[in-house]
Amino acid sequence: MRSTATDRPPDDRSALSWFLAGQRAFVSLPALILMAAFTGFGGLAQASGMSLPQTVFLVAFVWALPSMIVVVGAVQAGTPLLATMLAVALSAARLMPMTMALMPVLRADKTPKWVLYALSHFVAVTAWVFGMSKLPDLPRAARVPYFAGFSLTLTGVNMIVAAASWWAATSLPPIAAAALVLLTPLYFILSLWRAAARAPTDRLALIFGMAAMPGLHALSPQFDLLLTGLVGGGLAILAGRVLPKPAAPESPAAPAADITADLGLDGADRAGRDGEGGR
Amino acid sequence: MSELSFRAIDAWWWPWVFLAIAGWFANDVWRLLGVAFSGRLTEESRLFTIVKAVATALVAGVIAKLILWPSGDLAEASLALRLGAVAIGFAAFRLGGESVAIGVISGEAVFLGGRLLGW
Repeated sequence: MRSTATDRPPDDRSALSWFLAGQRAFVSLPALILMAAFTGFGGLAQASGMSLPQTVFLVAFVWALPSMIVVVGAVQAGTPLLATMLAVALSAARLMPMTMALMPVLRADKTPKWVLYALSHFVAVTAWVFGMSKLPDLPRAARVPYFAGFSLTLTGVNMIVAAASWWAATSLPPIAAAALVLLTPLYFILSLWRAAARAPTDRLALIFGMAAMPGLHALSPQFDLLLTGLVGGGLAILAGRVLPKPAAPESPAAPAADITADLGLDGADRAGRDGEGGR
Repeated sequence: MSELSFRAIDAWWWPWVFLAIAGWFANDVWRLLGVAFSGRLTEESRLFTIVKAVATALVAGVIAKLILWPSGDLAEASLALRLGAVAIGFAAFRLGGESVAIGVISGEAVFLGGRLLGW
């Protein structure tokens, strides 16, 4: 499929016009949902004691909501630097394979390495999905400017969104501010569940991680996130192995049952889904 | 040394150093490595599956924390309402063809309704 793009007659549109086309592509539903999530982040950061410049700094220089939320949580909890760094690094490890997958699609023969390093900063779920689905249809020379136009706009707009939401959170009625903070966990459960449509192991990891958190927090409040990642992820890998086609989910460890049921991620629900998938 | 938290050093520059190391560096190092190694690790590899599962569980832990021990005004809402709003949001998401927008709006509507009733 991809070869059709390169087989086309050379396109004489300038890099600038491709950049502007990428900017226009910003107007889309995924970008709108992401803006809602950054509205939530601004409120969360404000509630957790981050200043406005610190909040905008995280948006611009981290640009990965899970990592940003880990940082904000660590700031609020007074987590040591090293533990915070490890938790962020672990939550961000997924960015490496994502970047590796995007680069062959993004680069042209003559693209300088530093341009790729710079653009890799924008690899996060929304821009990555956009790049992987849109770029293969464009001529090679158009891809870097098109992707740059899209991702710079996406990041710039969300810096403003987070700042406005941080500022608004200080003057919102408490009920609205609370609803703003709730946006983040809600958005994350749903988008992670969706992103894992073809990876049952990741759905198990999502369920096991939420279930294991309370117990592991009681065990070690400082390293609860790292432990949750290792225990929840490990269990998900094992379960994914033991049950190649998980028709009936095994009863998880005791705390798991309660929380997942409370969050609506109960076994019956999953079994139903797997049944559908099997058809 | 190991207790160097965000507010450990009373100087204007310390929070920024903290955010730069624990935020920017710890995060972006993976993207830079991704460019450096692009073309080697594939999405089908075993290591990729393991890394992704651990990362997903870690983020799931963050989500659970945000719901169970929330910050700011969200802490005023009862635990039952927080869990209920998320559960109903998830159910609406599933019923609505896995639309994130439907799920988020439903969950938020339940939460706002519950709060107005004083739950």
